[in-house]
Amino acid sequence: MEDIQLLENIEKYLSGELSDQERVQFDVIRQKSADIDQMVVEHKLFLDQMEAYAKRKNVAQTSHQVFSSLLANGEWVPIESAAPPTKLIQLWSKYKKGIAIAASFGGFVAIFTSIIVMYLSPSLNGSQLLQLSKAVEVIKKNQQAQGYLLNEVKTKVPENAKLISGGSGFLIDTKGYIITNAHVLKGNGAIVINSKGQELNATIIYSDITNDLALLKIEDKDYKQPKAIPYAIRRKISDLGEEIFTLGFPRNDNDIVYGKGYLSAQTGYEGDSSSYQIQISANPGYSGAPIFNSNGELIGVISTRQKLAEGVAFAVKSTEIIEVVNALKLDEKTKNINIKLQRFSSSPSKNRKSQLDNLKNFMYSVRSFN
Amino acid sequence: MKAERNEQGLLKGLAQNDSKAVETLYKSHFTMIQHFVENNNGSFDDARDIFQEAMIALYEKVQLDSFVLTCQIKTYLFSICKHLWLKRLHQMGKYSSPLSGQEESIFVENDLGLIEKKDAAFAIMDRALNSLGEPCKSLLEGYYLNKKGMQELASQFGYTNADNAKNQKYKCLMRLKKLFFAQYNIGD
Repeated sequence: MEDIQLLENIEKYLSGELSDQERVQFDVIRQKSADIDQMVVEHKLFLDQMEAYAKRKNVAQTSHQVFSSLLANGEWVPIESAAPPTKLIQLWSKYKKGIAIAASFGGFVAIFTSIIVMYLSPSLNGSQLLQLSKAVEVIKKNQQAQGYLLNEVKTKVPENAKLISGGSGFLIDTKGYIITNAHVLKGNGAIVINSKGQELNATIIYSDITNDLALLKIEDKDYKQPKAIPYAIRRKISDLGEEIFTLGFPRNDNDIVYGKGYLSAQTGYEGDSSSYQIQISANPGYSGAPIFNSNGELIGVISTRQKLAEGVAFAVKSTEIIEVVNALKLDEKTKNINIKLQRFSSSPSKNRKSQLDNLKNFMYSVRSFN
Repeated sequence: MKAERNEQGLLKGLAQNDSKAVETLYKSHFTMIQHFVENNNGSFDDARDIFQEAMIALYEKVQLDSFVLTCQIKTYLFSICKHLWLKRLHQMGKYSSPLSGQEESIFVENDLGLIEKKDAAFAIMDRALNSLGEPCKSLLEGYYLNKKGMQELASQFGYTNADNAKNQKYKCLMRLKKLFFAQYNIGD
């Protein structure tokens, strides 16, 4: 009974049938309960789809009726095809002629088409994404780990919101899914900044405090989806002494920083089997930055939680990223998210410099706000 | 300028499901498509199906807030129909070379891609509704599609009162949402 009432209220809320006072009360409830907020967003998405379905169905019906009555009134006379379908050769020659006619239209159609497309496509994606972004808003707070304070900047961060933590992150799926550390996201909202300094809105989708990994999704019309991720997520444990390198945003000025080192132990802090110990100069802002081996495979994610000797850091193993993706399937709210992890790295160029030039396009600075 | 305004009016009419506008579109442009399809290995019925599909595509396009008319409706309908028809020929194996050429690829990647997404969402909702069974399907269609009141639905479906109808509607809705979201991919 309670559920029915809740849904009824959500429907009234969405259709604007609530009084101003009720509306304000409902907004408060939404803010307090992530579950209810999620229900509202999901139901809105559903009702929008339903509405689109109904309207389109009506148009199809009208179109059909109009056609039938015009046809009955003798508006058009069907020309029966002269060639029976078995005479293939005849059909072919007939068809070729048609193509020639079609092709002559081609040129000018192309010009107009590209204009339409130019005008339409970016904003289309935007509205679609915006709507969807809300549907996957799963917000979990993380108070355990340490991040670092950021200076205030003019951003896509909503007004009145305060930047409270930040770090690095990287794409694992061209659709805009980014992995970072859970402790980087101390706030309940996030933006990411690419290596060119462009800011993009992002949603926190999943956060695993135990393994210190979190998943973000870029939800921004300005996001340009790359063709493919150049690095595979390594599914095996890496070797001791392996040469590694990283790219991250440890500085406040958002410049990407390259670091080189080696894998110093196959387990992490106090024998933790889910992480590596690495020898690399890691600053706090490196949190969430990827670790690559010389084959260009992604083998881990820096997580600098323990304050230790200079140059010693820890990295969450890449196998834990796979666990995160698997865990999404178990949750009702995230089970429809389809992330495809790259299985093969594109052959790394011999020149580290050009390799980095390519990789930095997949690296993001992450900032979290409240 | 006047012609342009007329076209805008037609599109607005299509968006609002105005049968006058739909009729004008058929009268002005169907013959062109009929000739194209009939001259390219198709029948009158094929032309009818293709044109209907193109009308839906145009409708979906007009629905978008950002829609701007940058070419004549005629041009637009023709290019959509042409694409759809070549695709169908290709599927039937009557046209073996790939749909190539720059014009086609721009179309496929951008415009039709978006319309195909809408087609997919429509098909998912359609399947979900149709697998609900009665009276759920009609009840939900009555409420959400035809915007009937609970009282009216209660008497139509023989429920003793509006509350009973509401209960039933709730159960049906939960089933529909489950069916819909099982296939509708939020992440994509």
